[in-house]
Parts: sequence; structure tokens; C-alpha cells
Amino acid sequence: MKGNKGIIFTGVVVGIISVLLVRFGNPGNMGFCIACFIRDIAGALGLHRADVVQYVRPEIIGLVIGAFLMAIAGKEFNVRGGSAPFSRFVLGFIVMVGALMFLGCPLRMILRLAGGDLNAIVGLVGFTVGISIGIVFLNKGFSLKRTYNLPTFEGYLFPSSIVALFVILLIVPSLLIFSEKGPGAAHAPVMIALAAGLIVGALAQKTRLCTVGGIRDLILFKDWHLISGFIAILVTALVGNMVLGQFKLGFAAQPIAHTDGLWNFLGMALAGFGSVLLGGCPLRQLILASEGNIDSVITVIGLTFGAAFAHNFKLASSGNGPTPNGQIAVIIGFAVVLAIAYFNIEKSIDVKMKEDVQIEA
Amino acid sequence: MKLSLIDTRGRSCPEPVLMTKKALQISPEGLEVLVDNMTARENVTRYAKNSGYNVEVKQDDNAYVLSITK
Repeated sequence: MKGNKGIIFTGVVVGIISVLLVRFGNPGNMGFCIACFIRDIAGALGLHRADVVQYVRPEIIGLVIGAFLMAIAGKEFNVRGGSAPFSRFVLGFIVMVGALMFLGCPLRMILRLAGGDLNAIVGLVGFTVGISIGIVFLNKGFSLKRTYNLPTFEGYLFPSSIVALFVILLIVPSLLIFSEKGPGAAHAPVMIALAAGLIVGALAQKTRLCTVGGIRDLILFKDWHLISGFIAILVTALVGNMVLGQFKLGFAAQPIAHTDGLWNFLGMALAGFGSVLLGGCPLRQLILASEGNIDSVITVIGLTFGAAFAHNFKLASSGNGPTPNGQIAVIIGFAVVLAIAYFNIEKSIDVKMKEDVQIEA
Repeated sequence: MKLSLIDTRGRSCPEPVLMTKKALQISPEGLEVLVDNMTARENVTRYAKNSGYNVEVKQDDNAYVLSITK
């Protein structure tokens, strides 16, 4: 396990902070949920009108600023983009539709598991199946093609927009819409949530923590590095929930969850499949967006747009279960992701060997 | 020493690792891999070491050259 200390430490910190955020007021098993939090921000901005899920989550603001500062400090802030941007937008959109079918991004899936929500096991199986389907395409040569360097200023715009959102939250919150009941009304105090995001953002940037990458690398390369972070989150949050009395084992009556196994499975399979093509889970996309990856900025906008769409058109599940619209959307989502996967296979051999080439170093 | 070369610049992970994996099947004695970001550098290095190779890193302007040898 040499070299895995950093990522295991990060997983432990994410686990502890997630459990504490619930203690401080976040919804059950939702210390962190990138999909839910982006959805809540979309609601606060009036992009959807589901009045129970509208709030500017300071965790997201902290994640972005923490990752941005860490990238600057580590000289890893590198502005690039141009790798199939609209395909990434569409994939982001579809990943959100899958996540809102299940009711959580892959990170919340781990946290739900750690809270004793057995529906998350069904989600995890689906997630793994989705990633495995994506890996088939990766092995066939799937690629969204290369990125190119972009002006540095371009990279500052996303973190700046997030800072602007935070300023609005602090100074003119009347511009925003806040839930008065439901999950959107349940939140930790602003500064605690912001600090939580800052810490996790900085650590996740440094260690490349990624839930999709963990399972992908294990299957693809038998590499335990990234998944050791995933496991550390699960174990730490599990212990933390037990200590704080937040652990409740079972399928029924879990916080912000439903018990429809088939659609929990399919929702996470879609999220896993889409994320593997994107190269990382929603958390990882947010971190990459903060370190100058404009393709990931586009992906985050796709996630946001998908969240707004999902609530405006009743695609998102609720505690009562999935909606017919959501089921249709997930099936269409699979068709679209399959098309993106299939039509981006590089037909020519993707390894160009140049014999006898000397690199001037 | 002359080694085969693959250029993974601009590619996001896991592509550089997959390209390295495929290239090492064609050229099992070793390889030079051009990468342009720290994540790819770490991931390709970890893959090569896990596969029993030695890795040497040289910095070349905005890129790194990873020399992967037995």
C-alpha cells in the first residue's frame, strides 16, 4: 500500500467531515453529495422550481476554492480544453439524470451505504456494471480526443463565478431562493459547510480522489490506489455514523432514498457509464474544473442543466420512488451514452509507435 | 539508448495509462512516454512500476518524458 497514505488520509477526512455535516444539520446521509448540492444551487438560482431543494450549498463553493488554491500552490493550475465539449455537456446532463434517479452522486452512494441504507448496495452494483460497460469501450479505443492549452484567464472565470455566488449568498441572499422545508432547508451553518468544502477540495485536488476512477482502475489495471480512498470514506463514515447514532440498517424509510431496486440499479449504472466516459465522477469533475480544465467546467454546467431539467420535467425520484418520466429519461440516457461511446472509438490504432526516435530532454 | 515513444499529451486519464499498457504489449522491453500533466505522470508511473518496470522522469518544457525500462 506504499504511496496510498495520502489518498487513505483524504478518504478518512472526507468520511469524518461527511458524518459531522449531517450532525450539524445537513440532510441524512448527505454530508456531501455533489449531484444533490449542484441541484440545490440550480434551485436557489431559480433554474428549477422544486421548492424543497433550493439552497446555495457552501460545500460546493469551498470545494472549488480549496481545489483552486491547492492547484495554484502545487503549480498544477493548467488551463486547457477542447476535448469534445458538447459531448461532455450531454454526458454531464445524463449523469445527473441517473444520479437523481438513484438520489445521490457516487459519493453520496458511499455515504448512504455507511449510514446503513441497503438500497445503496443495489446502487453500487449498478454503478460497477455501468463502469464495466464503459471500460469495454475504453479498451476498444474510446476517446473524446485531446485537449489544448487555453488562455490562463479562461481558467480563472469558473472559480471567480463561484466566489461571486458566495458573495451574493453573504451580502444579497434575497436574490436567491431558499427552501423553507425539505432537504433544501436542512443544512449545516454556512461557515462550517464552507470550511468542510475547502478542506475536502484541497485534499481531493492533491490526491485525485475519484469514486469512478477507483472502481475503474481496479478493474482495468488491478490498481488499488484510488479505490483505497473510496474504502477509507466508507469505513470512516460507517464508524462515525455508529458512534453518533446516525446508523440505521435496512431498505425502508432511509433518508432521501427510495426502495425501487431496479431503478436504483439502472440510475447508478447510467451515472457510472457516463462518468467513466468523462474520466471521473461529479466530485472529480468539480475539482478538475477548479484547476483550469474547461472541459470539466462544461461538464459541471451539463450537470447543473441536467439537474434543473430533471426537476422541471419531473425526472428526479423522491422518497416515494421513481417517476415514469424519469424512467423514460434513464432509458433514453443509456441510448445516448451508448451512441457517444460507440461513435468515439478511434478506428485507427491509437498507439503510434515511432521507432528510433530520440527525445531531446 | 533508443526507445519507442508514445505521445499522450492532451489526453486525460485513464487514456495515457491505457496507451502505455497497449504500447508495452507491442514493445515489452521499454518505452518513452510523453505526458503533460501531473496526474498522467503519476498514473503512468504507478502503472509501469506495478507492472515491474523502472521509471525515470525528465522534464522537458511543459511536458515530462517518462523512460520506462526493465
